[in-house]
Amino acid sequence: MAATVRPVQRKEFKFRESSYLPEVLRGLAITTRQFWRNLVGQRDIVTLQYPEVKKRYPNRFRGRHRLMLRDDGQVRCVACMLCSTACPANCIHIVAAEHTNTSIEKFPQKFEIDLLVCIYCGFCEEACPCDAIRMDSGRHSLPTFSRSPQNIGKIDLMEIGSLSIAKQGGKNA
Amino acid sequence: MLELILLSVAKVMGIVMVFVMAVAALLTWIERKQSALIQNRVGPNRASVAGLRLGGIFHLAADAVKMLTKEDFDPETDNPLMFRLAPFLAVVPVMLLFAVIPFGPGEHFLISNVGVGALFILAVSSLGVYGSTIGAWASNNNFAMLGSIRTTAQMISYEVSMGLNLVGIFMIYESVNLQDIVIEQGSLIWGWLPAWGIVLQPLAFILFMTASIAETKRAPFDLPEGESEIVGYFVEFSSMRFGLLALSEFIGIVAVGATAAVLFLGGWQIPWVQGTGGWLTVAQVGAMILKTLFVVWLQMAIRWTLPRFRYDQLMRLGWQYLLPLSLLNIFITGVVLMFVEQGRI
Repeated sequence: MAATVRPVQRKEFKFRESSYLPEVLRGLAITTRQFWRNLVGQRDIVTLQYPEVKKRYPNRFRGRHRLMLRDDGQVRCVACMLCSTACPANCIHIVAAEHTNTSIEKFPQKFEIDLLVCIYCGFCEEACPCDAIRMDSGRHSLPTFSRSPQNIGKIDLMEIGSLSIAKQGGKNA
Repeated sequence: MLELILLSVAKVMGIVMVFVMAVAALLTWIERKQSALIQNRVGPNRASVAGLRLGGIFHLAADAVKMLTKEDFDPETDNPLMFRLAPFLAVVPVMLLFAVIPFGPGEHFLISNVGVGALFILAVSSLGVYGSTIGAWASNNNFAMLGSIRTTAQMISYEVSMGLNLVGIFMIYESVNLQDIVIEQGSLIWGWLPAWGIVLQPLAFILFMTASIAETKRAPFDLPEGESEIVGYFVEFSSMRFGLLALSEFIGIVAVGATAAVLFLGGWQIPWVQGTGGWLTVAQVGAMILKTLFVVWLQMAIRWTLPRFRYDQLMRLGWQYLLPLSLLNIFITGVVLMFVEQGRI
């Protein structure tokens, strides 16, 4: 296959351009106009004063994970390990335990996500069969002074969790 | 004798410490703020004293504290003395320039009425190249050395046309004394046009500004430093030594502003106002300061408007355009002066 070669015609400068001065004055006019426009009334400034003013993330922004809750406030997760299996970064660590309620069978005794390892791909929430993990919190992980606080556990994940509108126990329950 | 010394000290303190240093320090903040507004940003606004922000003007104090408390790094060098001397070699010449600049009429607003004032300015401003070259050489760093080679070539090239630009001014006002030049600029041509340098020598003003910006090593001629991409001559300097080199650049801007105001914008002359004394003198000093600040602002605006020249473009502009144009300017000035003297114009 022959490469398509497209010769680009270089624009020759006219005298007005190559003598610099008119173009320099034109540029100065633009920068001076912007200077005064922004000095008097800050008309074109797009900067947000970040900690005070926050930009809303888009609705589909994948932020910090959260674990959804059952109607009685227990964790919704059944420790099926699908999310940690799907996770390409191996950042989800679940230790399952037997639940006293036989219809639930399993629950995560430990559910840890290492936010420093997570790549926020969203595979975990896609893999989850019972709407137990979500990334729709709209928050991003906050900076910390050491690594360990970034390895967040079940309690932190459930703190920002909420009830799911999906019916508990599936269709036939 | 003692009176004379005290008066001189007072004038030095008044002009250099109060005016020049204050403006140079303010420029560090103005530069950031102006560039921000030009680029639709807000600029520094966080530093505050007792909850007052005042548009972030306290950043200049914060910057000074930062500079003074940062680690002062010494590179492994064979010339520690020269390395330590370099920031002073950069800052002293630009400060010396203010010795001959008249800020007002009479003796009180002029540190020293040197007969060859304009030549003194040209001579001292070319000494600035030693600061950057020696600093780079002594810092034992090849990148700094390359930067200083660019500096030397650029500054020497542009000094030539800078000096030649002023020849036209000397021819018209028939003096190299800056106070005399300012007094001459007070007269009117045809009874209404102020005989300012920019009116009589418009080409020289443009060339002088171009060459001066190249002398102060700022964009679009900031190849010696190239702070965003290429490594400049003060790469090994840290802490307040770096601060002093940066400050010398800002003082250089004020110096160019004052020189251009004196030579081309009529110095302390207020157009169509003759005589001195009393409140008029105060107004004239104010006019000089305003003109200086205007040229300073112009340099800042140019710095944030134009992209950096390529090195070959820089050399071509200096030697192939500025130099012949300055010579042409001298020639035309001579021809016109000849006609004027023969009474034909």
